[in-house]
Amino acid sequence: MPLDTSARFSDPDAAYRLIVEAHRGLSDDESRKLDAALILTLANQIGDLAILREALALSRAAIAPSKDAATD
Amino acid sequence: MERKPLFQFAYCRSPDQDKRGPAHHRVVIVGAGPVGLSLAIDLAQRGIAVVLLDNADRIGEGSRGICYAKRTLEIWDRLGIGDPMVAKGVTWRRGKVFRGPDLLYEFDLLPEGGHKRPAFINLQQYHVENFLVARAAALPGIDLRWRNEVTDIVPDPAGAELAIETPDGPYSVRADWVIACDGTNSTLRTRLGIEFAGETFEDQFLIADIKMRADLPTERRFWFDPPFHEGRSALMHRQPEDIWRIDLQLGPKADAEEEKRPEIVRARLAAMLGHDEFDLEWVSVYRFQCRRIENFVHGRVVFCGDSAHQVSPFGARGANSGVQDVENLAWKLALVLSQEAPASLIATYDLERGQAADDNIRHSTRSTDFIAPHSAAEARLRDATLALARHADFAKRMVNSGRLSIASVYHTPLSTPDADAWNGGVPPGAAMQDAMLRQGGKSLYLTDIVAPRFTLLCAQHVTTLTLPLPVEMVAISETDRGSSVLHDAQHQFAARYDATPGCAYLLRPDGHVAARFRNIAEPAIEAALSRACGKTMLHV
Repeated sequence: MPLDTSARFSDPDAAYRLIVEAHRGLSDDESRKLDAALILTLANQIGDLAILREALALSRAAIAPSKDAATD
Repeated sequence: MERKPLFQFAYCRSPDQDKRGPAHHRVVIVGAGPVGLSLAIDLAQRGIAVVLLDNADRIGEGSRGICYAKRTLEIWDRLGIGDPMVAKGVTWRRGKVFRGPDLLYEFDLLPEGGHKRPAFINLQQYHVENFLVARAAALPGIDLRWRNEVTDIVPDPAGAELAIETPDGPYSVRADWVIACDGTNSTLRTRLGIEFAGETFEDQFLIADIKMRADLPTERRFWFDPPFHEGRSALMHRQPEDIWRIDLQLGPKADAEEEKRPEIVRARLAAMLGHDEFDLEWVSVYRFQCRRIENFVHGRVVFCGDSAHQVSPFGARGANSGVQDVENLAWKLALVLSQEAPASLIATYDLERGQAADDNIRHSTRSTDFIAPHSAAEARLRDATLALARHADFAKRMVNSGRLSIASVYHTPLSTPDADAWNGGVPPGAAMQDAMLRQGGKSLYLTDIVAPRFTLLCAQHVTTLTLPLPVEMVAISETDRGSSVLHDAQHQFAARYDATPGCAYLLRPDGHVAARFRNIAEPAIEAALSRACGKTMLHV
């Protein structure tokens, strides 16, 4: 099963908001720790190394400087 | 910049000012902005005389609210001013969202045909108000009093007394119902000590209207981190008469007075436009707020529009929700005044429009937070969303430059829950959908046919029913059955309403669905009508 990049939430704004709210009131260091904990929790929920690998590759590509990203 | 008067009106002494005691009126509306004027017109068309008080005697420059949504235009059609608004305004439905120098995505707010009104028009608020004033002046029953500033209100169970200041000195009036349409700085709200609670966003935004000749498409353009305004956002809208609205995020620490200086504004806009061939029409710097009062109804005092709720401008939910407030209130107040409905019907205005306000505040808060993140963590999340959006559709759907105003669906005891199976269609509580129909060889729209009264849309044929209140009957058939039945030649009504022969939709006077039936039966329609008037209240 490949990585699904289509919108899977019926209300994507609500999902985004939930993550934003989880960060409210945290210091920046705490926020980074929260993100790390969330990544590991969600990776376990996916439970599939191939999908995790694809998700990591997509994220690496997204944060690359735009002239590199433009080639894909 | 001082706001110059664009349209000037005259103070006129009212006979009420020569009375010994306060004159009595059934309905007094405070505030002649788009909301108060729309309400006055709606009530006057329902045969209810109103006094409309405004503290000024002019409409000033500054376009302020410029985006008017399809549902608002449909309401203004019912008020007799849809055509001049749309003729004067610029029509649009497309938007573009940019990140840095690149186009991230485009959207189309109304990709299907068969709608009389467009997704949006842009029109300066001063034109909107001027059309509304002209319409109000043409109707009997509207006593519009300029330079009548309400300074105090004393409520009691049967109404309220208002203290009013004029150029000729003070006087007072009594009203059975007072409708506060007096804006974000509502005097009535302050005098009644009602809390206006919510969130103020730290970021400041520069709003500028400029006049220039530009050969650009008529669409909404939004930029995240554009090259001409790095690290911040920009928004651009076309208005009529070569006026353009530009909205630039300035950040939380900007010096508002400095930023309003014409040479500073011109330099920012020249960087954006790539030239300086424009005139500044209006400049302002804002901190946006999202807040509401807890109850929109305080005894016989009812709050509509910005006096009741305030949102940030991303999504065009301010004036649009105010006009939709008055469409919700007018028919209810009319039924209560004619004693065809219990006074408790007004409580459903608070319930239904409170839901709409919560929707609007939720959407505009999410948009504003996305555009102006509160912390480094939120900024990282937002930037990651924008970065992923170039690669993945799910992230594109999370990019939020404003979710544009659509009519709210009410979860209300006035609705009769579906008893039959429906595959889509327009559910109870939702606003009617338009459709193009034919009659006598001519095309016409459903929104034009449906009057602001209870209406039964019957698929296929007209039925004779005996109901306790007047209900307009509209018959629509997919086959051409002659001039008494509207012909759904393009099957738009059938598709949008999941309509099958024999089914019916009961519409409230504000065009929201009260109930729907697969097969017309008089007792069920009578019960639904009674419930829609608040005579049989069920808990939801």
